Amino acid sequence: MSPAPVIQVRDLHFRYEDGTVALVGVDFDLGPGETVALLGANGSGKTTFVLHLNGLLEGRGQIEVCGLPLKKETLQQIRQKIGIVFQDPDDQLFMPSVLEDVAFGPLNLGLTPEQATDRARTALAQVGMVDSYDKAPYHLSAGQKKRVAIAGVLAMQPDVLVLDEPTTFLDPPGQHSLTELLQSLPQSKLVVTHDVEFARSLATRAVFFEKGRIVGNGPADRIIEQYHWDQKRTTQVGGR
Amino acid sequence: MHHVVLERWSRGSSFLHRRDARAKILALLVFLIVVAISNREFELLALCYSCLLLGAIVAARLPVLWALRRAAVVLPFSLTFAGLCWISGEPRRAALLVEKSYLSALAALLLVATTPLPQLLRGLDMLGVPGFLLMVAQFLYRYLFVITEQAHRMRLAGLCRGGLKQGSRGFRAAAGALGVLFARSYERAECIHRAMVSRGFQGHFQLLSTTHFRLADAAFLCVACSLPIAAFLSVRIWS
Repeated sequence: MSPAPVIQVRDLHFRYEDGTVALVGVDFDLGPGETVALLGANGSGKTTFVLHLNGLLEGRGQIEVCGLPLKKETLQQIRQKIGIVFQDPDDQLFMPSVLEDVAFGPLNLGLTPEQATDRARTALAQVGMVDSYDKAPYHLSAGQKKRVAIAGVLAMQPDVLVLDEPTTFLDPPGQHSLTELLQSLPQSKLVVTHDVEFARSLATRAVFFEKGRIVGNGPADRIIEQYHWDQKRTTQVGGR
Repeated sequence: MHHVVLERWSRGSSFLHRRDARAKILALLVFLIVVAISNREFELLALCYSCLLLGAIVAARLPVLWALRRAAVVLPFSLTFAGLCWISGEPRRAALLVEKSYLSALAALLLVATTPLPQLLRGLDMLGVPGFLLMVAQFLYRYLFVITEQAHRMRLAGLCRGGLKQGSRGFRAAAGALGVLFARSYERAECIHRAMVSRGFQGHFQLLSTTHFRLADAAFLCVACSLPIAAFLSVRIWS
């Protein structure tokens, strides 16, 4: 018997206020320790989908995270279990210093400043940023900002990491080092990406989004080949 | 950039840098009040206050000329009002306005240049400043840099496509760029809010409180408050 999924999504639909249909009956499971790449054209619904996982967007359908159904009463618990790393780290690093930014989540969980500081230091050590506690975020390089953003969610000790276009703004060495870092983290991971090599090196499975639907699901290599995702394909579709 | 330089200065290690932010904020407050109520023999008092500030700048190991130049940023505003006073036949009031505003700006600069922003905000928070105001200040400080960079990139893009025109066309282009910048900032604000909510934010900023008000801070506060008050009282009694 296979272990219970950490994320289970059933028949998820979502339409933006301007009428754009972004998700149409999405079913998805993420197993413990699994890394899944979400592939698809711009506007195919990938980011919209991940924003549903911790209740940032509310669609129609069922979502369960670590056995907890997503609803108003469980929102805070679920936000602790799912750590989302956004595409632009400047959106995520809003506190005046690195340590304070990483401690932001733990403090919101109700930890004491001492416990939050410990968590933040541990998370920064995990991503190799021990020398940057007092630095201001704008003094960091793009790769360092990304690491601190990841530390910010690791400090909340999530069961699942969701990364939206993690290789954006990174140079090849930065991408390589990010891949190594993510491979070393034990959490289940969901990675929205256009970077085929990154998806191949990290993901055990890939799903392919098209017009708000999951149209392909399987080993990353097969999905990339099946949808010619390493060659050409620029179909613009609904969603955002 | 100006605030990057300030940020660097504020991370120094002088005696003043090491003082608790609350002591420095209260000392600044007392200084500003004393300057504001000083009127008689102000030239002499201004000399005393300037000496105190210069002494503090030197003690903080900040570049004196840089600080004097930076504090002058307040002059365009105060000179405008001073000009109005002068025109209305109050030259002494005009001079006082300029001198007081400059001294106040220099004192405020000294506080900002010796206190890293997180400590400054924490100090203000502990002194009872409303959290909402502090949040606005913090976000403004953090994202000013990002928005300025964005504006700079847009300006470069404009230059690459034929330069920035003078006259009404240039004005229209600048207005358009401003609109785009506003829309992007709005979008960014939404993204930031999402990132905050994702990390459990429920409307109230929790801070890492690790500051301790030590004996040295209390001693500093006493000395920093008593010096301008002593100067003020001495001149008042003497005159």
